[in-house]
Amino acid sequence: MFALARTFALVGVEAEPVYVEVDIGGGLPSFTIVGLPDAAVRESRERVRSALRNSGFKYPEHRITVNLAPADVRKAGPGFDLAIAAAILAATGQLPQAVVDNYAMAGELALDGAIRPAPGALAMAEGARGWGLRGVAVAPPDATQAALVAGLEVVPVEHVTRLRELGEGSLEPVARVEPPAPDDDLPDLADLRGHPVLRSCLEIAAAGAHSLLLIGPPGGGKTLALQRLPSLLPPLSPQELIEVTRIAGVCGENGGPRLRRPFRAPHHTISGRALVGGGSPPRPGEVTRAHRGVLFLDELGEFRRDALEALRVPLEQGSVTISRTSGTVSLPSRFMLVAASNPCPCGHGEDSGECDCHPGAVTRYRAKLSGALADRIDISLSVEPPPAEELLEDGVEDSAGVRERVLAARRRQEERLGPGRTNAEMTPGEVRRHCELDPQARQVLERGHRQLRLSARGWDRCLRLARTIADLAGAERITPDHVRRALSARRPVDP
Amino acid sequence: MSGARSAACPECLRRAWLVGSLSGHIEKAAADAPGSRAHELLALSDERLVRAVARARAGSILRGAADRDPRRLLEAVAGAGAWACCRHDGRYPSGLADLRDAPAVLFGRGDPALLGELVPDGAVTIVGTRRPSGYGRELATSLAREVAAAGVGVVSGMALGIDSRAHAGALEAGGFTVAVLGNGVDIAYPASSRQLYAQIAERGLVISELPPGTAARRWSFPARNRIMAALSAMTVVVEAREPSGSLITAEFAQELGRQLGAVPGRVGTSSAAGTNGLLRDGAAVIRGAGDVLDALLPIGAEARRGAFSPRGPALDAGLGRVLELVEGGAGTPDALARASGLEPGALASALVQLELSGYLRSDTAGRYERTPLEAPEHP
Repeated sequence: MFALARTFALVGVEAEPVYVEVDIGGGLPSFTIVGLPDAAVRESRERVRSALRNSGFKYPEHRITVNLAPADVRKAGPGFDLAIAAAILAATGQLPQAVVDNYAMAGELALDGAIRPAPGALAMAEGARGWGLRGVAVAPPDATQAALVAGLEVVPVEHVTRLRELGEGSLEPVARVEPPAPDDDLPDLADLRGHPVLRSCLEIAAAGAHSLLLIGPPGGGKTLALQRLPSLLPPLSPQELIEVTRIAGVCGENGGPRLRRPFRAPHHTISGRALVGGGSPPRPGEVTRAHRGVLFLDELGEFRRDALEALRVPLEQGSVTISRTSGTVSLPSRFMLVAASNPCPCGHGEDSGECDCHPGAVTRYRAKLSGALADRIDISLSVEPPPAEELLEDGVEDSAGVRERVLAARRRQEERLGPGRTNAEMTPGEVRRHCELDPQARQVLERGHRQLRLSARGWDRCLRLARTIADLAGAERITPDHVRRALSARRPVDP
Repeated sequence: MSGARSAACPECLRRAWLVGSLSGHIEKAAADAPGSRAHELLALSDERLVRAVARARAGSILRGAADRDPRRLLEAVAGAGAWACCRHDGRYPSGLADLRDAPAVLFGRGDPALLGELVPDGAVTIVGTRRPSGYGRELATSLAREVAAAGVGVVSGMALGIDSRAHAGALEAGGFTVAVLGNGVDIAYPASSRQLYAQIAERGLVISELPPGTAARRWSFPARNRIMAALSAMTVVVEAREPSGSLITAEFAQELGRQLGAVPGRVGTSSAAGTNGLLRDGAAVIRGAGDVLDALLPIGAEARRGAFSPRGPALDAGLGRVLELVEGGAGTPDALARASGLEPGALASALVQLELSGYLRSDTAGRYERTPLEAPEHP
């Protein structure tokens, strides 16, 4: 007796088709899974056996062999349970063959036969459509996410017995719904008082997706300010929403579509691999989970040096490539980097005259701020706590007002560069095309470049930033003032 | 560098080696007050010194010292790429004669002929904290650069912070600079200053009273401070905390009857607490190289005044106002925006203009600071 079911293995953020072949033959009762299963997949047999027995199916007391093909792709996680169970049922005639032929399945089985969510529902739904299947059967919490894919039946099954109904065609697929607008309960910029320049830097950063570094003593409002950045960003486009939801799903976040741009704030003890992704099979890291959103590194100087070094490539390329002997996986990582740091380990700042840090410790700390990563920071600003009376300041603009201007600037960028693209991502060619300077503005930049010791990369970065500042002002041409504004935002250079 | 350039009599060499070999004992004996105690100990004769710090083994130590072969010692000096110059040699710096506990031998790297240039009236000692503010760093550099450009030697201790900046400033001007170390001259300490050490050894002098190979000790830094103070006619403290090794140098300078100057710092800043204290106690106010040169070379001071304070380009009222706010202590862009009422874009533009004109610099944290460049008189 033989049957074939369909499911997926997750490789990076993609779902690779996997055939679940089941052969039930004579011999002493046994249950073997082959095809590079990991420990969780191997334990699947215990869950499948109990789940089938406890939900009124007949469990075949024969020799059962399960092959997960292709045999050279690593299979990880408990999501294969449902497809294995369905294949056994089909092989023993307890489930119509049409079910396993038409639907891909993914879900973890409970011992009573209930179906639990598995990671990557949206990725699998996209895979199923690409595979030409009629639909996918997943746990109900996964269904809302998978239903973002058009042209595919997404059937929620909460228990393994419901597979019968799936065969009879009496299970309703979930209706595809347009994702609702996100509710507006993000921390609002109105809470940030007494920081006029910081507010304008947040606005510029949001408008062009520029990376931003705030340096200052603890309690100065750095973290408060950066946590308000999401409220300034434009909403996700439908395509971006699918990308973001797919990544969240692959990383094990079940449930409906992600309506907001991700805001990831990993702790400073994070390893380089957890930050950029890795492992075998390759798993997305924080940079991928922050795709289309914000990666916030609080206490930048405390991060491990190798972790920060590892950020350079994803920042530059917008993707992470992980090579394993089994192949190469590319993970998207188009995120906006924002960071906060004390000026030195004690927080006072080496130049303040109050610093008690050992000079060597300051040098090491600073090396992280001024190293190769700093060359990829577009805007950096010194932030100190404002005097108390400023905290009572009235009439500060809230996020909605600022977002209007950000949206207008983003529209100009999209007209120029294409959908979803921002000034921060301009290639050197695009910089030459779109950031032309008149002689006066050019003179300012040349002088700044010479006297402020900008690197070659710093020159282009300044131009991209000036472009965003001009876009915010609604200006077609970059003026000398725009260039000066951009120069003032550059990172502090070593004395 | 060769032994042939050394000029040291056997007695002096033995004394120097004795002090070097007793370094650990002196450390213990001077543990309670490294500065003053070591100073007293070094003024003792060989025998009394040994009895004071190593009573139990005094006999064997003294015998060992007497047995040292001066030729072997000179070979060791040459082997370390250094030279030696004892107090009976004509090149021995005259300023050191004022010390009660003058070192018997100066070991050095660099061209020993330069010792002839090391007269107190032609040198200034610039010292300060290892953890200066940006302001202190800048001032130490420019002060050293300008006095060196005027032909005055810059003596310092090659420590991190102010000392290193002073040496670097003098080298920038192509001037003469002398580093006095608290360890053997063949050791670049701190190791991160290796490059600076090499430059000083090539174009100036690196000297020490301790034989080559002697490691730094707690007592040896305050002890070398007396040499720094004695070598020049004036000691200038750029920034010092309280307490501080630089204040020990200042004390030595006063004891020796040398001039003492200090650069004023912001009241309440801990890195300037020591220097402001010196000013209260009567040290000369040092605002720039001009003040140092006036003190060292009183003749012609009037003629020189102004020559060392270049003025920047004229400023319009708006920029002048921002400059005043920075001088008034507002440092972050936010604070400047609040104080000036300027819109962030206009403020940023003003700050960049002031920075490009040389009036402002941004420190490592991105705060704005005033440079020593003076604005022109009111138009």
